[in-house]
Amino acid sequence: MASISLPAKHKKRLGQSFLPYLYLLPAFAVMGVVTFYPLVYQVIISFSDFSTKDLLLQLNSPDLHWIGVQNYIDIIIGGLPVQNFNFVRVLVYNFWWAITNVMLHVPAGVLIATLLNVKGIWFKKVYRAIYVLPVVIPPIVVGTVWRNIFDEQYGAMNQMLTFFGQLFGSTSTVHIRWLFEYQPPISWLLPTGALPLAYYAMMIANFWLGWPFMTLVATGALQSIPKELYEAASIDGASKSFQFWNITVPLLRPAMVPAAMYGFTLSFNLFNFVYFMTGGGPARTTEILVTFAYDLVRNLRLYGAAGAFSVIIFVVVLFIFLVTNKLTKATESYA
Amino acid sequence: MATTTYTPKKKNFFVRFFTMDTSGSKGSGEKLPLWRQLLIQVLCILIVIEVMFPIMYIITLSLSSKSTRPSSLELFPKEISFIAFKQVLDRPTANPVTFIELLKNSFLLSVVVGAIALLIAVTAAYAFSRFKFKLRQVLMIMVFIPLLMPAVGLSTPLFLLLNSFQLKVCANGATVLYPFLQCDPVNTGRVLFNLRDSLVGVGIAMISTALPFAVWNLKGYLDTIPKELEEAAYIDGADSNQTFFQIVLPLAAPQLAVTFFLGFIGHWQEFVMPWLFLTQPKDYTLAMTLYNMTGQYASSIPWNRFAAMAIIVALPVALVYILLQKQIVSGLTAGGVKG
Repeated sequence: MASISLPAKHKKRLGQSFLPYLYLLPAFAVMGVVTFYPLVYQVIISFSDFSTKDLLLQLNSPDLHWIGVQNYIDIIIGGLPVQNFNFVRVLVYNFWWAITNVMLHVPAGVLIATLLNVKGIWFKKVYRAIYVLPVVIPPIVVGTVWRNIFDEQYGAMNQMLTFFGQLFGSTSTVHIRWLFEYQPPISWLLPTGALPLAYYAMMIANFWLGWPFMTLVATGALQSIPKELYEAASIDGASKSFQFWNITVPLLRPAMVPAAMYGFTLSFNLFNFVYFMTGGGPARTTEILVTFAYDLVRNLRLYGAAGAFSVIIFVVVLFIFLVTNKLTKATESYA
Repeated sequence: MATTTYTPKKKNFFVRFFTMDTSGSKGSGEKLPLWRQLLIQVLCILIVIEVMFPIMYIITLSLSSKSTRPSSLELFPKEISFIAFKQVLDRPTANPVTFIELLKNSFLLSVVVGAIALLIAVTAAYAFSRFKFKLRQVLMIMVFIPLLMPAVGLSTPLFLLLNSFQLKVCANGATVLYPFLQCDPVNTGRVLFNLRDSLVGVGIAMISTALPFAVWNLKGYLDTIPKELEEAAYIDGADSNQTFFQIVLPLAAPQLAVTFFLGFIGHWQEFVMPWLFLTQPKDYTLAMTLYNMTGQYASSIPWNRFAAMAIIVALPVALVYILLQKQIVSGLTAGGVKG
């Protein structure tokens, strides 16, 4: 009885094969206007030189030229009338930014969750409550606050470094231009374009923002691991590190892989944080794809190129989604 | 006894340290050795310092009465002055807009957009979750595509679309609703109301991404509700609509709330669309104001006011998160939407 699927039964009884469409109607009516129409429109204008001159008459504008895939070519080979823009560099930086973030957040999150999972440590609840704080603060606030912290003249970071410098007998004040220094500290790190100091500043800020979420997920997963497994292992004489690598890590994996994938896509498109902290600067070196798309619309007003750029972002994000989905599925069957 | 067996080992100290007791309970007799307890406490306190550093910094700034920028690092308030909060509440920006208006705009956008998206999404999510029909796959992919598109990607067409709805007063005094009626010399007349330049318009623009998100999130949750209850209802003679309203909706209520609040958290920070669309200060939101207080526009804004504003903007989201922490985390990782 339970094996008979509802809709089949339903169809048979009432003959209402249109019913699902009725349920879908409100959502699709609204999305048709505000989502799908703009999506299609965006793709259409990506093949034109749509800009401010065409805003009034739009597609009927006599000045509008259909230029085929020229926008796409311009974006990829750097033909856009935009300073300091190199598509490959931004793309590689965007991936690098997301990967390095996740590579720091996940291990830190797991280690701290494991630390807090130790039986019998004092103030466990207090620590857990404090460690969750960065998760609950909206990224726009985090971005602006860290922007001030990294301020060259009055920022807390330079003041803290000055303070520590004075402890060790230095008398000078620290003036590091965290967000504006163009000269990269490690020039060989990324072949397509070195990482400015602002990248490291953002990594610090986003680390603060990122690991507590991973800790939250890992804590939940740790608590669901049956204690009997560890008991059995220790009876068999397994060492603690053996238990960690052979019980904890494999059983955390089903929870941590989706979380890592989620973190990856989140970091990859972290518009609010990046835009509020550096705005992509200095000289577009910390620009990610979405902030550049925004710049194309907001400041450069190259709407046609922005359309093409959005389509490119879509393809990149779709690729990421397919890969991460596959990885997630592969690990789901692991445990 | 078990604890002493691995302490003498030299290898893998780091791992052993962090994992020392994931084994959990091995009888009540075992206690954490004091040196280890202290070591963990030191580590935990270091992490507390890391977490609290920006928080204490911003709280201290916001409670300071000095409108000059800080010359040295202060992480504990020397004084408790609410003057910065008072100034922000009295006159949040240089524009003629009151704090209450900003708050109202932010709340209206995040609550109404979330509620409408949810209302429209729930039946669609149910259809995707429970029915098998011809176009199911195709339609589901259609709903998924906008989730992969950056919000900026939809902004230009939405701008143009919404911009084409205007209430105009023509030269001859007649009021027309463009584009259905036009003034006599086309494209003249004074604009009374421009849908694009209004909160309603921004709300509509935000629904374009909020709605697909709500459909996916709810569908993921409905998939986890066992079908047996509905089948029982069928057997008792309930029709499909009764089942939906009396069985499924009540069961989905918690997830409806979570989806609503996830939406709220996102919409509260919405920046792209309002910043592109709105021109009148009376429509501005708190997120826009916060952005105005930092960076290139903000050379004249005292930092204590910025700090007070940051705290005010963060509070509603923080409260929602703290109240719904467990559901939100599981909703994000175990739910249907990833990406």
